[in-house]
Amino acid sequence: MRDQKLWTWHLAAGAIILFLLGLHMAIMHLDALLGIFNPAGGHPIDWANVVARGQSMAFTMNYILLLGAALFHGLYGLRNILFELDPAPPLKKALSWVLILVGVGLFIFGTWAAWVGHQVASIT
Amino acid sequence: MAKDRRHPNRLGIWGWVGGGSWGPDRYLYTLHRITGLGLLAYFLVHVVVTSSRALGEAAWEASMARVSGPLFVLGEYLVFVAFAFHVINGVRLFFAELGWGIGKPIEPIYPYRNCLDDQRPWALGALLLIAVLVVVGALDFFVWH
Repeated sequence: MRDQKLWTWHLAAGAIILFLLGLHMAIMHLDALLGIFNPAGGHPIDWANVVARGQSMAFTMNYILLLGAALFHGLYGLRNILFELDPAPPLKKALSWVLILVGVGLFIFGTWAAWVGHQVASIT
Repeated sequence: MAKDRRHPNRLGIWGWVGGGSWGPDRYLYTLHRITGLGLLAYFLVHVVVTSSRALGEAAWEASMARVSGPLFVLGEYLVFVAFAFHVINGVRLFFAELGWGIGKPIEPIYPYRNCLDDQRPWALGALLLIAVLVVVGALDFFVWH
């Protein structure tokens, strides 16, 4: 039952990633074709474009939601692959905890970076 | 539940590519896993690298300078290709999980059909869409810039 719930969340996170990462990829890597959300022109990673996107609360929330969805989807997927190798139960438990700690740690770190990045952009 | 020692149903990593008479769907499954693992590895590093924008322009520029050059552009393109495959094949799998595009249960009358017969056009459509994205991505990465 618990795995069924986690699997359903895995699919839901995938649906969120489809839209948010799709938008991110379109902005960052199809910029010559689409040229969206890069108001300063040039390359999407130019500081002026990073600041322009960072000033937007919608983008900041987008980053945090995408971060959470991608971490869960990716780390749960990795957990499933590792569990298929049939490790001993104590190792399974240890792996789960390591992945939870990595996920929560990176989510906190990434959320901090997105939020502070928003504040830095707002005063630039 | 006791494990069946004769047929453990566990081929491990080998089962991704061999151990049976696999069809194209098995290789899509394998590619889905490989691209997923690749995207995860990239993403974990990406979170750390791009967090430098919280420290201001100088830190951002220094961080981006460390990951620039032709090799990184090629690497980013491979990430784009992995993304295109994983997302579009993932949508196909999502629909299959919900029972869409796999046909209805039928009586086993010769010549036998299975759900893969209904699923195959979706897989081919997904591959076509992936190919379009891969080509458009290549143009954007290497030609239009």
